[in-house]
Amino acid sequence: MHRFANPARFQRLSSAILPWSAGATVVLLIVGLYFSLFSSPPDYQQGETVRIMYIHVPAAWMSLFVYVNMAIAAACGLVWKHPLADLFAKAAAPVGAGFTFICLVTGSLWGAPMWGTWWVWDARLTSVLILFFLYLGYMALVNAFDDPQRGMRAGNVLLLVGIVNVPIIKFSVDWWNTLHQPSSVIRMGGPTIDGTMLTPLLVMAFGFTTYFITVVLLRLKAEIVQRKIQTMRLTEAQG
Amino acid sequence: MSDFFAMGGYAAFVWPAYGVAALVLIGLLVATFKTLRSSETTLKALEGSRPARRRPRRNDAAATSPKVGAAEVGEG
Repeated sequence: MHRFANPARFQRLSSAILPWSAGATVVLLIVGLYFSLFSSPPDYQQGETVRIMYIHVPAAWMSLFVYVNMAIAAACGLVWKHPLADLFAKAAAPVGAGFTFICLVTGSLWGAPMWGTWWVWDARLTSVLILFFLYLGYMALVNAFDDPQRGMRAGNVLLLVGIVNVPIIKFSVDWWNTLHQPSSVIRMGGPTIDGTMLTPLLVMAFGFTTYFITVVLLRLKAEIVQRKIQTMRLTEAQG
Repeated sequence: MSDFFAMGGYAAFVWPAYGVAALVLIGLLVATFKTLRSSETTLKALEGSRPARRRPRRNDAAATSPKVGAAEVGEG
């Protein structure tokens, strides 16, 4: 891991990955959209609204995946003072917040015709809303300090505290009575979803993942440049 | 084709869902490119405003150009 702590080495690695992740994102999302809009059947109960699932569920997975990654980075940043770990969490936060927002809005658009309501304050929906606020709170906290190091440290602590929310989201549909359906893909005993619907779901999920990798690498690049600007101005102010 | 866009009567729910996702993902990408572009321009300007030297970030270099970049410091 420490080999990648060197920003120059990281820059080289990221420029090698970027064209591949960007290309994979374009291909996967085009194939995924074709599967989810054209070559998958309507649901026997939900009709065409089931197509919202191919956005909603991958976005929900990403909202958790990004958060867990940020929390791991936060731990590395706090324990080993890894210079890129802090920057990774900061770079990933807006992307995670974006996925959580997509998950909430598409869920609402799916709930309106199928449940007869845009929103209910049940365990799953409320815990995802809290996740969204954790992302926003982290972004506000990191930028709230004059000293960026202190902001990062405060943000990292928030990320680690907020990790309790992740299992709550995952198991909320089993622990409490809720309108939201239980898991049908990541569950004990294998997925119960039909293959014709699983394919678009997985392709979209991979597309979202490569999108995340691409955008985070670009944002990290920008963060490193901004860090350089900061140190240059500091040395000039002292000189 | 109009059947496809009608989405079995659920067009008002399916298309906005895809629209919101596209808007957020494209918006994030564009915003990221903008920040990257603008911070790279700032860095280049900062580097250009100092006398050329071999090793950046050295105290002696900063000491030889005390006034350069003073205007930018105020913003930060």
